[in-house]
Amino acid sequence: MHRNPSRPLSPHLSIWRWGPHMLVSILHRVTGGGLSVVGAVLLVWWLAAAASGPKAYATFADYADEWYLMVIWIGLSWALFQHTLSGLRHLVMDVGAGFELTTNKFWAMMTLVGSAALTVILWLYILGTK
Amino acid sequence: MRMETPLGRVRGLGSAKSGTHGWWLERLTSVSTFLLFIWFLVSLLRLPGLDHKTVVDWLGSPVNAVAMLLLIVSTFWHIKLGMQVVIEDYVHQEGNKIFLLLILNFFTIAAAALAIFSVLKIAFGKGAA
Repeated sequence: MHRNPSRPLSPHLSIWRWGPHMLVSILHRVTGGGLSVVGAVLLVWWLAAAASGPKAYATFADYADEWYLMVIWIGLSWALFQHTLSGLRHLVMDVGAGFELTTNKFWAMMTLVGSAALTVILWLYILGTK
Repeated sequence: MRMETPLGRVRGLGSAKSGTHGWWLERLTSVSTFLLFIWFLVSLLRLPGLDHKTVVDWLGSPVNAVAMLLLIVSTFWHIKLGMQVVIEDYVHQEGNKIFLLLILNFFTIAAAALAIFSVLKIAFGKGAA
């Protein structure tokens, strides 16, 4: 970084009161990172196991049913919904809309409510049909 | 000391004309990944089960295989572009940054290649059987 250390920094993270828009902003990156690493590995493992044959697929399926993988599946589905909803919010903001304080805060909150609701609905559906 | 302003130094050189290309591609792949994932999740939920035979039969159909291939390209492209922005924003040491960008490109291309080959193997294997 080409920064002169003798110059003052503008105070940032420590001085602002936390709001939903700040949380959603960093969650977009955190969930994106999680999906990129954990989600991508599991997707490729699933496809490669299916292509390798019934034995490799059974190994994957055994792991997939373990309780700790269940925690990861639920976490991944929440991350996918959160990243998708805040991504849609970003697309709206990209065209210059939704920057008014109350509107911005409202839709930031809605991505959190929506991702939690979608995760619950998805897993009630999956466990209900199992 | 150079008696020249930063603006004066770059004036007339012109822009690279590609400043927004990565930004635009990230939006483009976000929309395609979004649509393909709706198809993917709805398809998985509609399958009677996720056992080997069901999954292989499903991926064996040309429409599903092609949609899955598009999903893989779209998703891993989006991963590459998104993670690149995160690395560029948080890793300031030049050597670490280049190293991580190298790993990111290798990881996404290798993972996508493995996924694509797996889908093709299932799809072509189905046709021959």
